[in-house]
Amino acid sequence: MEILAIIAVFSPLLGFLGAGTFGEKLGDRFSQIVTCGLMGLSTLLSIYLFYKLALGERTLSIELFTWIQVEFLQVSWGLQLDSLSLVMMGVVTIVSLMVHLYSVGYMDGDQGVPRFMGYLSLFTFFMLILVTAPNLLQMFFGWEGVGLCSYLLIGFWYNRESANEAAIKAFLVNRIGDIGFVLGILTIFVMFGTLDFTAFFDILEQHQTDSFRFFGVEFHALTLASMLLFIGAMGKSAQIGLHTWLPDAMEGPTPVSALIHAATMVTAGVFMVVRLSPLLEYAPFAREFITLTGGVTALMAATIACVQNDIKRIIAYSTCSQLGYMFMAAGLSGYSASMFHLTTHAFFKALLFLGAGSVIHAMSDEQDIQKMGGIWKFIPVTYTVMWIGSLALMGFPFFSGFYSKDIILEVDWASGLPIGKLAFYFGLTAAILTAFYSVRLILLTFHGKSRADDTVMGHIHESPLVMLLPLVVLAIGSVFAGYSLDKLFVGEETTFWGNAIFVLPQDEVISKAHHVLPWVHWSPAIMGFIGMIIGYVFYERLKELPAQLSRSFKGIYLFLYHKWYFDELYDKLFVNSSLKLGKVLWEEGDQEIIDGLGPNGFSTVAYVGGGLLSRLQTGYIYHYAFGMFIGIVFIVGWYFWL
Amino acid sequence: MINIAAILFYLFSGVLLSSAMMVVTARNTVHGVLFLILAFFNAAGLFILANAEFLALLLVVVYVGAVAVLFLFVVMMLNVEMGNIQKTAREYSVAGGLIGGTLAVELILMLYSWNTSPEAFEMISSPISKDGVTNTQALGNLIYTHYALIFQASGIILLIAMVGAIVLTLRHREGIRRQKIGDQLARDPKDSVSLVDISPGSGI
Amino acid sequence: MTIGLDHYLIVAALLFTIGGIGTFLNRKNVIVILMSIELMLLAVNINFVAFSQYLGDMLGQVFALFVLTIAAAESAIGLAILVVYFRNRGDISVEDLNMMKG
Repeated sequence: MEILAIIAVFSPLLGFLGAGTFGEKLGDRFSQIVTCGLMGLSTLLSIYLFYKLALGERTLSIELFTWIQVEFLQVSWGLQLDSLSLVMMGVVTIVSLMVHLYSVGYMDGDQGVPRFMGYLSLFTFFMLILVTAPNLLQMFFGWEGVGLCSYLLIGFWYNRESANEAAIKAFLVNRIGDIGFVLGILTIFVMFGTLDFTAFFDILEQHQTDSFRFFGVEFHALTLASMLLFIGAMGKSAQIGLHTWLPDAMEGPTPVSALIHAATMVTAGVFMVVRLSPLLEYAPFAREFITLTGGVTALMAATIACVQNDIKRIIAYSTCSQLGYMFMAAGLSGYSASMFHLTTHAFFKALLFLGAGSVIHAMSDEQDIQKMGGIWKFIPVTYTVMWIGSLALMGFPFFSGFYSKDIILEVDWASGLPIGKLAFYFGLTAAILTAFYSVRLILLTFHGKSRADDTVMGHIHESPLVMLLPLVVLAIGSVFAGYSLDKLFVGEETTFWGNAIFVLPQDEVISKAHHVLPWVHWSPAIMGFIGMIIGYVFYERLKELPAQLSRSFKGIYLFLYHKWYFDELYDKLFVNSSLKLGKVLWEEGDQEIIDGLGPNGFSTVAYVGGGLLSRLQTGYIYHYAFGMFIGIVFIVGWYFWL
Repeated sequence: MINIAAILFYLFSGVLLSSAMMVVTARNTVHGVLFLILAFFNAAGLFILANAEFLALLLVVVYVGAVAVLFLFVVMMLNVEMGNIQKTAREYSVAGGLIGGTLAVELILMLYSWNTSPEAFEMISSPISKDGVTNTQALGNLIYTHYALIFQASGIILLIAMVGAIVLTLRHREGIRRQKIGDQLARDPKDSVSLVDISPGSGI
Repeated sequence: MTIGLDHYLIVAALLFTIGGIGTFLNRKNVIVILMSIELMLLAVNINFVAFSQYLGDMLGQVFALFVLTIAAAESAIGLAILVVYFRNRGDISVEDLNMMKG
């Protein structure tokens, strides 16, 4: 069993090494086969392990080898397979396999195929390391690794200026979150002396009232640690404040967006929060902050998505919004609801992205939905799966999103806290908006009169089978994942999660969530319907209405269109001053001072010194004789003074 | 009563030093050479005062008679102009004089801090004998016996110097006829004289 | 007063210094350099002879003899070089002796 786990986690790494080292020589086909094959192996093993371990309610801890061994800290590499990590492994490997297959078709003909496939596998490897980490340090290693792969993949088409900038932006904003993460790790270490999850989870209870001095101020220790760690999650999961990188990350190829920015990397933050559930349970203030952040993000991102015109950006903001949902539930101790939504969301969001990629591929790389329309007859399979994904996203009854979104909002309501109620209303509003923009997307992209030019319409074609197959698989997942996993993940009597998730008895909220009033139970679905109808009205019947509204409410429209002016705000506050500081340090500090004293200084000294010394070589013999004479004087003087 | 030796010593050394100064600073190079000759004579006098007669006269014969005359030859031959001392010599002469003065001072000061070790007198390798051999004979006794090798070597050096001087300055002038004895002696009567029968009245 | 070793040595030192200065302080021509070298050798000879008399050792005079020989040989060669130099350059001014400039 251990061997299977190790193979499952490390085969994507082999895929990366194979494609990376031999891809150039042995060609595209080789890289594709190697990476997809190894990925498939990993997927099968993950599913098998899930059946054997998680469904059998067993856990497995494997220690691989020691990493740090000093007198006050021991950290080892290992794999911890409990229900939480197995669920994540399953999600990650299935979605990654689908994306690998899809990329074979989508990236066909691109000149960097081995590199792309290798990076996808490398990313999967890092993600698997992250989810199976038995300690905070290995999790951080995986965290950084996925950030790196995100950078590499967003900037994959490195000849594009905008792609490079987006990649750097993603990495930098992530980094800011990582500062919080590292500080959180350090706080945990200072307080507990260990970074192993099992080790410090056991002693949390004794430390629950400790306080900690941070910059001279006394904080409740566990709250401080939780807040710092959550800042890391905010960066990785694009919550409000650190969300600016996610829309720009759409510069990368669509499979990248599907894998990283829908299903896996951005969910690492949610995973971390759920993994640290024991810690968070003792930090109620941090949890309220998490819920509030999640709620606000859900609402904000949904509003921005309503007015975007790039098909991928709409879906990106949708991701941001759904992640807010997940955090909303986690903050109110509904961790299993979060994980449930994470799983279903992985399926339908990846489906939506890949479907969008299919549309883009069909429309000869056009991404602006204002320039699409009337193509549903030409690409029927894509059209169908986009509907399936959108219905799941909207929470249409019996699609998977219905179950997961429902339980989240029920948890919000049932928690009894005021912040929960606020989050509930945010969630409802966001549900209307979600339905609205999803319908908007479909109607503008597929229906109505074609607004594309004739060359594009001439080339329209359905995607090849290798691209359609993953779409179909993910569609099946989007439809059935909710229904089949509902009882398992969030059923009232479920023991699935075991020790992986810890909830204090007084915070037990899942069972309460099942007993809410019927109107609470059905409100998300109703909101979804309302949103659908509004969208239909706006974009199918009264086609003039959107344009009129945007003109009359121009201020609001521009505010939403410019993404609540976050980018401009950050530019003014941080970016410009950093750039100026960097410029000063570069030009004066580095070039003049360091270069001047160092290499340039040495060369100048050598040059000038050489010039001076060369003046001794006058060529006049009597000068040389004079020199000799002076030498004699010195020697005589030396012996004299001796 | 100051003894004659002291007076002569001061006389000789004074003239020696001043003529040395004049050698270095004379305007006319021929004058310089002549002062050099004067310096040599006075040095020879100093040598005689130091009981080294052979060496003194050798100085006169070799140095004055050969080397200085050679200098004079060359000076005359090269037709050296009256040197005009550049103005820039001034600043150099200060520094040069300073350095030279330093050397002189150092050398002289060294004398006063120097003691002969008592063993030096035992370590003489060739003591001057008190029985009445002349200086010349004493020198000859040493050179042709103990230092014969060096003597021969210096002879070879002189030979090399001679050859070297000739090699350096030999110029092969074009168009000069010289006697080639070898060719002359190798002439065969058969090649040089031939008998021609001519009828009277016609030329050859 | 008796002339001791010191006096000879002082004379030799001064003569040596004059000769040394003469090598680099002249601005006239190269022959002065050669003459200054002769002066320096003469100073050395005086030193040898003085010590020979003081220590009672004939070896000093033997050595002075050989120095004399070598000085003669050296001045012959030096003048030969000078003659050839003059043939190539046309004059023997010290100022023009800078072909080794680098």
